[in-house]
Amino acid sequence: MRQKNPVRTGAWLAAASLSAVFCIWAGLAYTGSVKPLFLPPPHKVFLSFGEMFDEGILFSYTWDSVYRVMVGWSLAAVTAVPLGLFIGTSRRASHMIAPVMEFARYLPVVALVPLTLLYFGIGDAQKFAIIFLGTFFQLVLMVADSVASVPADLSRAAATLGANRMQTYRLVLFPGALPGIMDDLRITVGWAWTYLVVAELVAANSGLGYMILRAQRFLAIDRIFAGLIIIGVLGLLTDYLFKLLGRIITPWSDKQ
Amino acid sequence: MTMLSITNLGKVFDSNKGVVTALEDINLTVDRGELAVIVGPSGCGKSTLLNIVAGLEHASSGEAALEGSPITGPGADRGMVFQSYTLFPWLTVQKNVEFGLRLKGVPTAERAQTARRYIEMVGLSGFENSLPKELSGGMKQRVAIARVLANKPAMLLMDEPFGALDAQTRLLLQELLLDVWRQESSTILFITHDIDEAILLADNVYIMSRRPGRLKARVPVNIPRPRDHKASLTPEFSRVKSQIMELLWEEIAAG
Repeated sequence: MRQKNPVRTGAWLAAASLSAVFCIWAGLAYTGSVKPLFLPPPHKVFLSFGEMFDEGILFSYTWDSVYRVMVGWSLAAVTAVPLGLFIGTSRRASHMIAPVMEFARYLPVVALVPLTLLYFGIGDAQKFAIIFLGTFFQLVLMVADSVASVPADLSRAAATLGANRMQTYRLVLFPGALPGIMDDLRITVGWAWTYLVVAELVAANSGLGYMILRAQRFLAIDRIFAGLIIIGVLGLLTDYLFKLLGRIITPWSDKQ
Repeated sequence: MTMLSITNLGKVFDSNKGVVTALEDINLTVDRGELAVIVGPSGCGKSTLLNIVAGLEHASSGEAALEGSPITGPGADRGMVFQSYTLFPWLTVQKNVEFGLRLKGVPTAERAQTARRYIEMVGLSGFENSLPKELSGGMKQRVAIARVLANKPAMLLMDEPFGALDAQTRLLLQELLLDVWRQESSTILFITHDIDEAILLADNVYIMSRRPGRLKARVPVNIPRPRDHKASLTPEFSRVKSQIMELLWEEIAAG
């Protein structure tokens, strides 16, 4: 049914497209088509990784950002998933809570940065708050949608096999919605990164966003690129981890 | 002895076009061990009737009672097989068939044994550890039948369970159902729009009118049992078929 080794073919294609991007970058930089002030040559970016390591900020800033994303996003996930389950299965809860969520999710999180600074200062708490506000409301609605899309006949079948309401929740709706919920979590953790960098650009004293902002002040464009590469690689890794987790937790899903 | 009795049952819906009468004055009794089949034109409310018996919907008037006690909600005593595939995709065949027993708190070893027996009965030994996504449509419906039987319901409700299958698979499953029904001496209320299927399976075929759905006639089928697909070649089959066709045609043509 499938190709002989689709995984390997996929890896080759991914490697090919990544090296194409790299070649274009190198080509533009080394031929001087774009000034080094705007586009640093690749080797300078690699050297800047070494400099940041020597300064002791490469791993500590990266870790600070990862830590903020993990805490802020986890807080949103553990609260949004149960609430989403509730809204997705109860019409009354949906009428009551969904409008609030709909309103809140259209507030641009960036616009809330000044408010959170006022409330929480510039420390980690403010980063958690921004990430939470940016992902929680969306996640509630996404989870509600994932639960609502579990075929109604599965719950009906369970009912005619003797399942009560709680059993239907636990044994049918939750497992049935799990592949969708895993997807929702994977997508929102990506947003969490965006919001974190925004928050760090505005006010912080460590982290990748802060590093990028400082590099801009000193016209250290190689460091800006290094920071972007780290964020991109972390994003790829998170995505890969979630897909792997999905394959482990929901091997039965058609999505795999 | 009466298993299911439906008396003066009616169902009205509020729709945006006003009140729609789906079922009107339904009276029906199904005896213990009977295989009763309801046929009717599409949209006549036959699925609504079955859902009311299952307890998934409520009647607007009248009553449905199982062994004398009124039906108020869904329960394990009325197992249902749906037209859509309703196996739990995250459970293996074995775990799907065990589902109802697990809800009842049957000990692990006992429910595994019961499940294996019914998996064998529907001809799927060796597929215990398969996931639903690895099965064909016909196999999925076999598992759905095993899952309901393992739960030992007083009555089986079947809502066009073979409607989505190809013609050959449907024949195989009809024979399987006849076989299982004989072995388990179950009581079955079966809904279909396929006249051949109705005659092959039924002790009694009930014809429903178009909306508002009423039971318009009862046609007993006296083809000797055990039956198989060759029953459709008998003169009795043709006689019953032309009778049912006539009754149904009036409904279709009038619509």
